[in-house]
Amino acid sequence: MSTYQLKVNGAQKSVTVDADTPLLWVLRDELGLVGTKYGCGIGQCGACTVHVDGMAMRSCSMTPSQVEGKEITTIEGLSKDGTHPVQQAWKEVDVPQCGYCQAGQIMTASAFLEQHPNPSEIEIKNAMHGNICRCGAYNRIYTAVEKAAKSS
Amino acid sequence: MSDKPITFSRRSFMRTSSLAGGGMLIGFNLFQACKPSVKPPIDLSNLDYNDFNAFIKIANNGAVTIFSPNPEIGQGVKTAMPMIIAEELEVAWKNVFVKQGILDTKYYTRQVAGGSQSIRHGWDALRQTGATAKQMLVNAAALRWGVDANDCKVSEGVITSPTGDTLGYGEVVNEAALLEVPEEVSLKETKDYTIIGTETVNVDIDGIITGKPLFGLDYTKEGMVFAAVVRPPAFGQKLKSFDYSEARKIPGVIDVIKIGKKVQGLLEADPSFGSKISPSDKIAVIAKSTWQAMKAKNVIKAEWEDDTFMESTADHDKKLTDLLDGTQWENRRKDGDVNKAFKEADTVIERTYESPFLPHNCMEPMNFFADVTASKVHLVGPIQTPEWKAGLVAKMLEREPEDILLEMTRMGGGFGRRLYGDFVLEAAEISDAIGKPVKLVYSREDDMSAGVYRPAIKYRIKAAIKDGQLTGYHLKEAAINDNMYGLIPNFFPAGAIANYQVDTANYQSNITTGAWRAPYTNFLAYAEQSFFDELAEAMNVDKVQFRIDLLKKVQPEKDERIQYDPDRMIAVIKKAVEKSGWGQQPKGVFQGFANYYCHNTHVAEVADVVIENGKPVVKKVTCVVDCGIVVNPMGALNQIEGGVIDGIGHSMYGDLAFEGGMPKASNYDRYRLIRMKEAPKVEVHLMQNEHSPTGLGEPTLPPAGGAVANALKAATGQRIYKQPFAKYPELLKIIEEPIIG
Repeated sequence: MSTYQLKVNGAQKSVTVDADTPLLWVLRDELGLVGTKYGCGIGQCGACTVHVDGMAMRSCSMTPSQVEGKEITTIEGLSKDGTHPVQQAWKEVDVPQCGYCQAGQIMTASAFLEQHPNPSEIEIKNAMHGNICRCGAYNRIYTAVEKAAKSS
Repeated sequence: MSDKPITFSRRSFMRTSSLAGGGMLIGFNLFQACKPSVKPPIDLSNLDYNDFNAFIKIANNGAVTIFSPNPEIGQGVKTAMPMIIAEELEVAWKNVFVKQGILDTKYYTRQVAGGSQSIRHGWDALRQTGATAKQMLVNAAALRWGVDANDCKVSEGVITSPTGDTLGYGEVVNEAALLEVPEEVSLKETKDYTIIGTETVNVDIDGIITGKPLFGLDYTKEGMVFAAVVRPPAFGQKLKSFDYSEARKIPGVIDVIKIGKKVQGLLEADPSFGSKISPSDKIAVIAKSTWQAMKAKNVIKAEWEDDTFMESTADHDKKLTDLLDGTQWENRRKDGDVNKAFKEADTVIERTYESPFLPHNCMEPMNFFADVTASKVHLVGPIQTPEWKAGLVAKMLEREPEDILLEMTRMGGGFGRRLYGDFVLEAAEISDAIGKPVKLVYSREDDMSAGVYRPAIKYRIKAAIKDGQLTGYHLKEAAINDNMYGLIPNFFPAGAIANYQVDTANYQSNITTGAWRAPYTNFLAYAEQSFFDELAEAMNVDKVQFRIDLLKKVQPEKDERIQYDPDRMIAVIKKAVEKSGWGQQPKGVFQGFANYYCHNTHVAEVADVVIENGKPVVKKVTCVVDCGIVVNPMGALNQIEGGVIDGIGHSMYGDLAFEGGMPKASNYDRYRLIRMKEAPKVEVHLMQNEHSPTGLGEPTLPPAGGAVANALKAATGQRIYKQPFAKYPELLKIIEEPIIG
């Protein structure tokens, strides 16, 4: 067990975990930030996406030592009260069905739009291709990303 | 017909009481009368759902809270069912709060999310409940004013007297709670609806977009530990011995125990369980965190021995073909004489269609919380059949049903997998053994390799054509473990052809199988809709007109087994033709048509395929749906779009092969689900009518594969007889690059 100093959603957190514990489980089990979801554990589904220094990263595939000293943002810290343009677009379009993958979708979309404020159709589709939605809400995910791009 | 009212005792299903802190509580039972002596509690902390399964609370400030009973798996009933109550209650939707009800056990007959039936079954009861509550509030106001209740008007929770005085619901709620439940109430006319039919955002949206703990995997309780389970790597194996010395060295590991004995025989007695479960013992690793439990599980050294035959996909393929070629059939419907029709035919066409096993792949892997103590058994998590599982846990632990408290969480997908509560029993067995609250967690690999799969199935369809007419139709189903259920043998084209026969046969496998979104029809619709296109080609008639002409021959009034309505289906087909530009598509766009009836809903779909970079791409699907009155168009469209895309994804890519009893894929590096770039635009059109509403969780999925297969034929010239389409050898040969990634 080792102790790490992590900066999560703007706050310094000290966690003592096994060195190989994925950031996903540090967030969920140690810090109680359960908005970040477990889907596959191998970086293939995108449910666990968080921002690390503003980049969309798969938290299931990162260890605490890799993110020490970096700014980690989870769905809980994306905005106060769900007011981020991507969250608002998700609500207006009523994207979710079961809702389980949506935190990861929102984190991918928000990091992408930060880098590409005026994306083309294919850029949006490429950016969101790594996030699986088992309910098949892809039409609405696309519409919401497009709407968020226009509103921000 | 699909509009048949669902009968239930008309007036005895609700009771009211005053709440201790002020306000009124209405307890009601959907679909079942409650005992005359029962009263709802006067304290909200005592809602036990034993006598009622749903409650409406109206507070002194007029706020309305609806405790919604049905499990939410993403199909939108947690929003739609309260909308129906609020409509008849005459309150503004913005003043309505919805909470997931705690699980009831004994009295609830349909607390099941499956078969797209929640809305259909609840339609009458929910409206009556809302209307009855409204009438009591109006009666209370009328009494206070000394006027006739019939002369009062209500709008958005405010009652207005004939002289223009007003009272809010909150102001009369304490008096209303003391009144008799009225004998007769009138329901609103469809044209007066202000909530039903409006675009309403899912009630959990704020929690979802901000990452609130809504799901089973998010649940936590003081002192909770985590469990991961080592299961046999192959179906047909059982545990011989195991060494956990390495696992015990992992920090945080609390215990390693053998489980499974208590579950034996129980699930088999469960009506909801698809087929028998593995008779093997399993090994549960209990640790302080999820990661520690998963890590320790992977270093358990277990020895397994072959208990029965280790099956492979090649074995299934041969067994199913042998069944199709054999003579052991169970007849499911027989009209006329198909053999005579084949003998006399000008042309006989016979085709065989094949499908693989499919895992459900809910994005939230299976999990459940259990806390078994001397005083009670507390269970929390995502389950589509709460009452059955609570009963099984009581039986397994030899406890009274009253000891079991099962709380449902939102579910990260169901698709049928969460009908089967093997994980609920495992969690309860582990907690009972270690004496601690525990959360059982499946890894993705556990989830995909210990599944209750959609089994491989083969259909063989044979048709007779004589003098340009379809004179005979024989459908044979060879499936693993089980066969088509209920009225499926009476689906279209049953009733349209004089000589018509459906036969089924099955092979008993040791691989667990069960319901998967739109069971049987999820593959049957593709097979038949492909076959109809071939028949139309052979008869040299228009493919859509061929379907319409057959539908016109159906007389459901003469055959009560025929549940689909040919007139509604024809209207849906015609609308799909109009909206998709069928037959008038621009050059380079290839269309495929399919229509289907299942889960009481009529659907037609047209898929548009184009060739991009030498490979066929599904660009758009036009989908027309007749589901009666649409309660929440926003939720309805979401379900419809999702069903179409799910249907395409699994037809194109879904494939779980077995070798030596083991699934060959257990995570998304080897198993392909449809993703953003493969998902077509889905354009939805809803039929407008006043038929009772039907569910949408399933019915748009089955025709999607048929529409795509028919469009791929138009685009490539190749008929596809096997799922997944993306791996179909003849299709792969004619396109420049494989369409599998």
